[in-house]
Amino acid sequence: MSAAEAILTVSGLRCSIAGQQVVEDVSFEVPATGITAVLGRNGVGKTSTLRGVLGLIHRRGEVRLAGERIDGLPTHLIVRRGVGYVPEDREVFAGLSVAENLALAERQRNPRREFVAELFPDLVARRDQPAGTLSGGQQQMVSVARALLNDNRLLLVDEPTKGLAPKIVAEVAAALEEASKTVPILLVEQNLEVVRRLADDAVVIAGGRVAHIGKAREILDDEELTRRLLGVHAERAA
Amino acid sequence: MSTAMTSRDGIRRFVPILVGVMLVVFMAVLPLLNLSLPGILPTPTYMPGTLALLSLCMVFAALALSYNLLLGSGGMLSFGHALYFGAGAYGLGIALEHFGVPLWPGVFIALIGGMVIALATGAVSMRVSGIPFAMVTLAFAQAGSVLVRRNSQVTGGEEGLSLSTEQVPDFLVGVVNTRNLYWFTLVVLVVVYLVTLWVDTSRLGHLARATRENEQRVRVLGLSPYRVRLIVFVIAAGLASLAGVAYMLLQSGTVPRAVSADLTITVLVMVVLGGVGFRWGAIVGGVLYTLLDQRLTVLAGSEAIAGLPDVLRVPLSEPLFLFGVLFIVVVMFLPGGIAGTIDAAVRRRRGDKVRGSLRELDDADEPAEAPAEVRA
Amino acid sequence: MSTIVLTLVTGVGLGALYFLVASGLSLIYGLMHVLNFAHGAFLTLSAFVGFMVAQALGTDSWGSFLLSILVGGVVGALFATLTELVLIRPLYERHIEQVLVTVGLSFAAVALFEGIWGTDPIHISGPDWLRQTSDVLGARIPNTYWVLMIAAVLVLAGLVLFLRKTRYGMIIRAGVENRSMVTALGIDVRRSFTLVFAIGGAAAGIGGVLAMHYSTFVSAHLGQTLLIFAFIVTVVGGLGSLTGAAVASVLVAVLQQFANSYLGGTGDFIVVILLALVLLVRPAGLLGRKA
Repeated sequence: MSAAEAILTVSGLRCSIAGQQVVEDVSFEVPATGITAVLGRNGVGKTSTLRGVLGLIHRRGEVRLAGERIDGLPTHLIVRRGVGYVPEDREVFAGLSVAENLALAERQRNPRREFVAELFPDLVARRDQPAGTLSGGQQQMVSVARALLNDNRLLLVDEPTKGLAPKIVAEVAAALEEASKTVPILLVEQNLEVVRRLADDAVVIAGGRVAHIGKAREILDDEELTRRLLGVHAERAA
Repeated sequence: MSTAMTSRDGIRRFVPILVGVMLVVFMAVLPLLNLSLPGILPTPTYMPGTLALLSLCMVFAALALSYNLLLGSGGMLSFGHALYFGAGAYGLGIALEHFGVPLWPGVFIALIGGMVIALATGAVSMRVSGIPFAMVTLAFAQAGSVLVRRNSQVTGGEEGLSLSTEQVPDFLVGVVNTRNLYWFTLVVLVVVYLVTLWVDTSRLGHLARATRENEQRVRVLGLSPYRVRLIVFVIAAGLASLAGVAYMLLQSGTVPRAVSADLTITVLVMVVLGGVGFRWGAIVGGVLYTLLDQRLTVLAGSEAIAGLPDVLRVPLSEPLFLFGVLFIVVVMFLPGGIAGTIDAAVRRRRGDKVRGSLRELDDADEPAEAPAEVRA
Repeated sequence: MSTIVLTLVTGVGLGALYFLVASGLSLIYGLMHVLNFAHGAFLTLSAFVGFMVAQALGTDSWGSFLLSILVGGVVGALFATLTELVLIRPLYERHIEQVLVTVGLSFAAVALFEGIWGTDPIHISGPDWLRQTSDVLGARIPNTYWVLMIAAVLVLAGLVLFLRKTRYGMIIRAGVENRSMVTALGIDVRRSFTLVFAIGGAAAGIGGVLAMHYSTFVSAHLGQTLLIFAFIVTVVGGLGSLTGAAVASVLVAVLQQFANSYLGGTGDFIVVILLALVLLVRPAGLLGRKA
């Protein structure tokens, strides 16, 4: 894949939190279409990689968005260049209503309100409800909806199915699949079923570095590789 | 960096100790010498005027050292440290005046009293950390200040409490014995320095630094960060009380200002100017501030300033204004203070890593930046 | 009975004053995690300028009184904005240094005020009605207290409207909860920082002019004593919570007044005991979020 096709290019990313190194040296590319999964055991640095790309934590190295360097920019400017973020643990604003949470996320003159309303009718019904009183699944919808309101060039999605009931997991996966038709997604996910269903390419991280890059299904089909790098059997992952 | 200890490293380790000892000896013989520093010292060094000033410098250097232990090593930003300084001063005064005890038991009572107060207030204050902690310590100091001002019977109220000299041995009373008081405060300073040195290099000090950086790590070891902090707090308070005792003896009296938040902030200024986290920085800060305070007050009242146009005269005739501005400048551009800047320059030349200072302080309000994953 | 009414009403009135000062502190801390020591200086300067305005226009008229309050608010807002832009913003994310810088500013400001206006308190006066009292259930309430209460209610209402109905208000509410997520939505929080400082400064400015009338004099140290009470109120109410600040203001002040009346002038002391109690039982404050 040539650099011109990649929406995101990460080279030599090094991240630290409170002086501790959490990402050693990560390099990979995200193609401009489809879903690229970031895999790895707990604590290897997947979330930190995403947060490093966004500049939410201290980072060094090169990050390019469609060829343009963004690693020197503050977070809000990176996001304004068209990067949507769905954080681990949702991070909705509990004191604000659903409608306010979404309104806060709107960056353009004509946000895609109908698109989001169709995907998440439940949220429309609950628009005045304080987001802190929503269930986990509903909060996840808000979090994903926030990222879909704008015409983004890339979505960074971190463990969207974490802690959710299987039915909700399926809904979230469906929403992401729908979204991926128009915007590339970099998806951190522990649920290998979801990965198998959604992801085209995959980057495997171990010990703060990239351990393997390839097609998602090939990696998951390779039992030995999966067990070594991810510590689980692909078929048994719930 | 090589791990082998070269002979140069060995010698380098002894240099600071040597310098320290020489400084103490020099300071000890100073009253016997006839040195003059016009513009800085009001009289030659064997005369009481300069000796009193230098003694005051040393008292505040000791206080600054105790505060540096709290802020630099413990990472606790307290705005109420003066409470324990005042407890030492007032404690001694009250013990002598109202309990009628001789000097040394009085000193003992003052020290214990200060540490007990520190234990009580510290235990409550440490329910929170970071900036809320600072606010609570401020409130306690304010309460102490109010208490002192209102109880004129016991504390002399606004007028202050003077030292009841009957119980003080003759050799520590009177202008003619300023020399002895000077040596007394020198001993206090050395004791305070040695205690802070011991704490810093002991296991307690290492635990305190670890607690400052990462509480989780300390808890995982089965230790209580709360207890570590409280011990450091009480030790720092005890040292402050000792400085307060020396202050009381030196000034033959104390005033409510000794307990006020004003004084703590002054000490904070000393420590930041000198360099947070550096013991010698705290001493430099304390001495420099006291000298500057004296000199600037003289300068501010001088005719040179009086002749300036109003726009310049008004700010320049207020020494506290100059201090405030100096402090702001130091915090914004030289956050390491004097010692920190020098240390960084020396380390850079050596190729070592430069120490971070204020950034490592107890900053409990950054949940979003907490590590999302624990490194395996 | 009338003493109880007097103590209660004056307590609420004093609480109104505390709220005016503490509201800004609480918002600033909640959003920026900065303890603004210079808040007292904003207050004092506004009082002095308000005093000069009132003097120029005649201290007896209601017009000059109201104008001096307005001017006080504006001066407070300007001073605060300047402070944020010049001193706080360059130290982005370095919270301890930001606190220290406000400490230095308060030092320098008080000294400067003393240099300009002298060290002695200056006696001030306002419209005649303020010096009189109103009769409520047998208690004679000095009318300054009504003014304080009205002002605090207006400011509280204004703040709540701002926070709930404007986009910037929404950003600030979200930022108090989770600042980094706000930036991850593409919003530049720094502008909100300046805004919050300005708002806090305006409230403090209004509080300063009214504090001056309440104590009938103005001096360089006017802000400092009030500031400590404002700190206590902010911690008791819960940092970052506006309603918490409102509730705590009244609670602290009423308690203080009752302690002063019935426990022999120990009001200041009792307040600190209250602080200690709250910390022991609920460290996050009455309405504060668990950090």
